[in-house]
Amino acid sequence: MKVIELQNVNKTFHRSGGQKLLRHYLEDILGKADPERFFALKDVSFSVRDGESVAVIGANGAGKSTLLSLVTGLVPPSTGSVTVSGRAAALLDLGSGFHPDLTGRENIILNASLLGFSRKQAHDLYDAIVEFSELDDFIKEPLRTYSNGMMLRLAFSVAVNLDPEILIIDEVLAVGDQKFQAKCTEKIFEIRNQGKTILCVSHVSPTLRELCDRALWLDHGQLVMDGPIRDVIEAYEGRLTRQA
Amino acid sequence: MWKGDYLFLLQNLIVKDFKIRYRNMSLGVFWSLLNPLVMMAALTFVFTAVFPNNQIENFPIFVLCGLVPFNFFTVAWQNGTISVANNAGLIKRVPVPREIVPIATVLSTCVHLGIQIGLLLALVVVFGRGVNWNWLWLPVVWGLEILFVCGLTLMTSALDVYIRDVRYVVESACTLLFWMVPVFYAIHSVPQGYANLYQFNPLAALILALRTILIDGDSPTPTLLLKLTFSSTLVFALGLFVFHRLKRQFFDYL
Repeated sequence: MKVIELQNVNKTFHRSGGQKLLRHYLEDILGKADPERFFALKDVSFSVRDGESVAVIGANGAGKSTLLSLVTGLVPPSTGSVTVSGRAAALLDLGSGFHPDLTGRENIILNASLLGFSRKQAHDLYDAIVEFSELDDFIKEPLRTYSNGMMLRLAFSVAVNLDPEILIIDEVLAVGDQKFQAKCTEKIFEIRNQGKTILCVSHVSPTLRELCDRALWLDHGQLVMDGPIRDVIEAYEGRLTRQA
Repeated sequence: MWKGDYLFLLQNLIVKDFKIRYRNMSLGVFWSLLNPLVMMAALTFVFTAVFPNNQIENFPIFVLCGLVPFNFFTVAWQNGTISVANNAGLIKRVPVPREIVPIATVLSTCVHLGIQIGLLLALVVVFGRGVNWNWLWLPVVWGLEILFVCGLTLMTSALDVYIRDVRYVVESACTLLFWMVPVFYAIHSVPQGYANLYQFNPLAALILALRTILIDGDSPTPTLLLKLTFSSTLVFALGLFVFHRLKRQFFDYL
């Protein structure tokens, strides 16, 4: 069964960098501005089957994060279609729904509801989240009293314990101290071994090779290679050495 | 796409807003009462001692009937307008239905509104205007008002993402509105031609309805109710439409 499917997806952005002033809109209407757009993704098509774990590799600005945003449903494609079935939990910026004045506990419940859980599910999962985060009594303190590492630990615990069907990871494997990192990696492997689908953007690392069976190589918004992770990484690294 | 528990999310967002606003305040919810009381005292002083006005009896509750809706309207509209742009982190990282952000902001203001309505009703009784059956109209007119603010906020919050000046336009509009709705003057002081227009402004219509219900002990006139219903639902529908059209590009502009 295909859980993620992209067909001829294009995603373009304005070069102006997003924020526009009123006069830019007027120029658009009057036809003065040049419609300069760049392709973050260009004619990308691929599908991911249930239980696959796929890595997305490529240089900075190749469109990896845009791809994840499309799959998470944060942004619609400019043309083409994106179909995702099943609940996707995204480990993009960890803790983006957190608020510093709320306690750890309040943040867990809020984040669970943001990710689409009902009150009952949120309360059922609460203990597992707190235990995984190892925050103990700090859970009753406001988030602003947390260290950076503690906050990331909490965010990671929320995301992975909410039992996602599709786990989307954006270079966030480096969380907390070494002990906690090992625990996170172990948890992600556990999720994979349960037969969940994983889409992972990361730098090439031994962990990535082990975690994923397949890789997509993006270059300037285009999908240049899609195949077994060993072959793709070999080709990708070969290209880098040739350039150097 | 996001298929979650809308009510649970809405409730959490409302509670979050409320907690954040008051958690670090020593006086807490008391602030909701203090602000309208101080304004009520100041306006009563000006219009009974400085510019004596003998036409209006019970000026304190008369003016409070204007202040409570006005405060709610301006606070909800202004906070709602900036809510989408200020929650960029959420909008760009979590695929929640976007409409819920401005609507939760407006509804969280309703918590203060509840407290202020309590104050208003208490003062109405203190001033010797008893409870009457027409009070049953109160939930209807307030409901329409909340619907109106939601619609307006959906529109301005979406526009604010594209053009950030919108928040200052809203701010100025609110300052202007203090004079353009009958907060501290009676509608019968307004020339007839203008007075009919006032009823199309849901905020003015609500203030008029409140005075009819609470001070005169009457039910609001059917024409006023009709105009209020008409403009509130129209604005809400328009708000949903505009927001829906604009939300596709939020990601690119935040």
